[in-house]
Amino acid sequence: MTRGRLGVNVMRAAVLAAVTAWTLFPIYYMVSLAVTPWDDLFRPVYVVQRPTLDNFKFVLLQESPFVKYFWRWLANSLLVSGAVMVAVLAVAALGSYALGRIRFGLGRYISGMTLFTYIIPASFLSIPFFKIMGDYDLLDTYWALIFAMTTFAAPYALWVLWDYAKTIPNEIDESAAIDGAGPVAIFFRMYLPLITPTLIAVGTYAFFFAWNEYLYAVLLLQGEKMITLPVGMGNFLTSDDAPWNLLMALSVIYSIPPVIFYYIFRRYLTHGLVSGAVQGT
Amino acid sequence: MTAAADVLSPRSRNLQGLLFSLPLIVLFLAFVVYPLYFEVTQALDRYTYEVLFNDPIYVQTIVNTLVYVGIAVNLKLFLALLLSGVLDDDSRSTRFLSAIFLLPWAIPVLPGILSVRWMMSSQWGILNLISEDLGLGTHHWLASRWTAISALIIFHIWKYLPFWTVIILAARRGIPRQLYEAGAIDGANPFQTFRYISFPLLAGIYLICSLLSMVFTMGDFTNVWLMTGGAPGDSTHVLATLAYRYTFRVGKLDWGVGVFATALPVTLLFIFILIKKIR
Repeated sequence: MTRGRLGVNVMRAAVLAAVTAWTLFPIYYMVSLAVTPWDDLFRPVYVVQRPTLDNFKFVLLQESPFVKYFWRWLANSLLVSGAVMVAVLAVAALGSYALGRIRFGLGRYISGMTLFTYIIPASFLSIPFFKIMGDYDLLDTYWALIFAMTTFAAPYALWVLWDYAKTIPNEIDESAAIDGAGPVAIFFRMYLPLITPTLIAVGTYAFFFAWNEYLYAVLLLQGEKMITLPVGMGNFLTSDDAPWNLLMALSVIYSIPPVIFYYIFRRYLTHGLVSGAVQGT
Repeated sequence: MTAAADVLSPRSRNLQGLLFSLPLIVLFLAFVVYPLYFEVTQALDRYTYEVLFNDPIYVQTIVNTLVYVGIAVNLKLFLALLLSGVLDDDSRSTRFLSAIFLLPWAIPVLPGILSVRWMMSSQWGILNLISEDLGLGTHHWLASRWTAISALIIFHIWKYLPFWTVIILAARRGIPRQLYEAGAIDGANPFQTFRYISFPLLAGIYLICSLLSMVFTMGDFTNVWLMTGGAPGDSTHVLATLAYRYTFRVGKLDWGVGVFATALPVTLLFIFILIKKIR
């Protein structure tokens, strides 16, 4: 190895070490606060002296006014996310069939429309959306949040499915059409079974898209029994003496499902611009 | 083109296509077009602008948003460009570290913000502990405008750098190896390789990523709202948090809508450039 090559490798290792430390530090801090006992919360340390799982117990048994509806919030989050998943799958499966298999002239406008929805920051539509939901008397109902999340999650889901739909050989539709099957029959009997693996990935994406949402949830849901987990967590901040160790225990519980999912499906989620779509901020 | 489709006239194909896209069209009209229409009609009211442009908080917010978007997004993407070069390597150790590096992307935004916010607590956060041990004294990190905005920028980079690095890394992997080999034969040093091979081939993707990330970040609410809430003294608002404040704290919905309406022309311009480039 020449000296220049060695220098490059040492620099690489240094960069990687720095990046790893940078990445892990806030996570380390979150977990260490989550296992900090009450008495030590206001004494900052590098390493927790007497780690405890009590905070998790308090959250799960709802033993603090801050988390007295934990299970209800969790149920709300699951309900909204589940509904969004089903709605997005239906909308995106139908749309991807139209764009990828029927290939009609007006499809250009449909895909432009979804691209627009995907790019425009959802917050720009939030205040009018809030007003419209108020007009329809849908504020503080799950419907409002489900509508919003379905609208904003559908474009990416559609693209991933559309990309996949394009790879299915045409002969499959042809032979079905020769047998006299109409588009509805082809959609249900041939298309859906073929795209099932992608549907699973896309459905979970929609689920966690709703699971992670804060802005629309905080705008549209108000009652302390109606809110989802992230809104409940945000509400800790309205109080000066918030128990941050409980909040961080709650954060850990809230983070685990999406982390597992993101790692399993990361291929689908970083699908890339190359195929005309990106998911991120 | 499918045989089934071939038998159909373009008209009935359009009809079928529209029927299958109907749910999508309904969502788009009801929850994207209609809110936008509402925003634009509200925006025609001149009085709202007089109020906004005469409010020092609004002016400050525009500056904050430009600084936040301009620095956070561009710094992040530049780092992503460099880092994707470091991670473009198939060794097991790099693959393992790349997986760890994705954690901030996989963790929802709330826990990350909350952790960093407590970190910067002037009395109980770990940042002041470190700062004191280094002999730099303690600071009220979130109590002054520019350190608070720096914190927002740093958090943004922590949270979103991994995602964009992966995107640029994927583009890098698409560059044919032969080009690098040819460069090596010609005796190109790493800088020349980057300057004359990687960068020209990544420039297109890099530009799209920058525009897209800028549009997304222009609408950021959650990071700012939960990190500073606009404090101290409403000096760290961005567009979305100021709109929220006007609507729910001041009780003026049309001011809230007006904040977005003033940013709409630039945003729409960016969106149309992007749609043209991505297609």
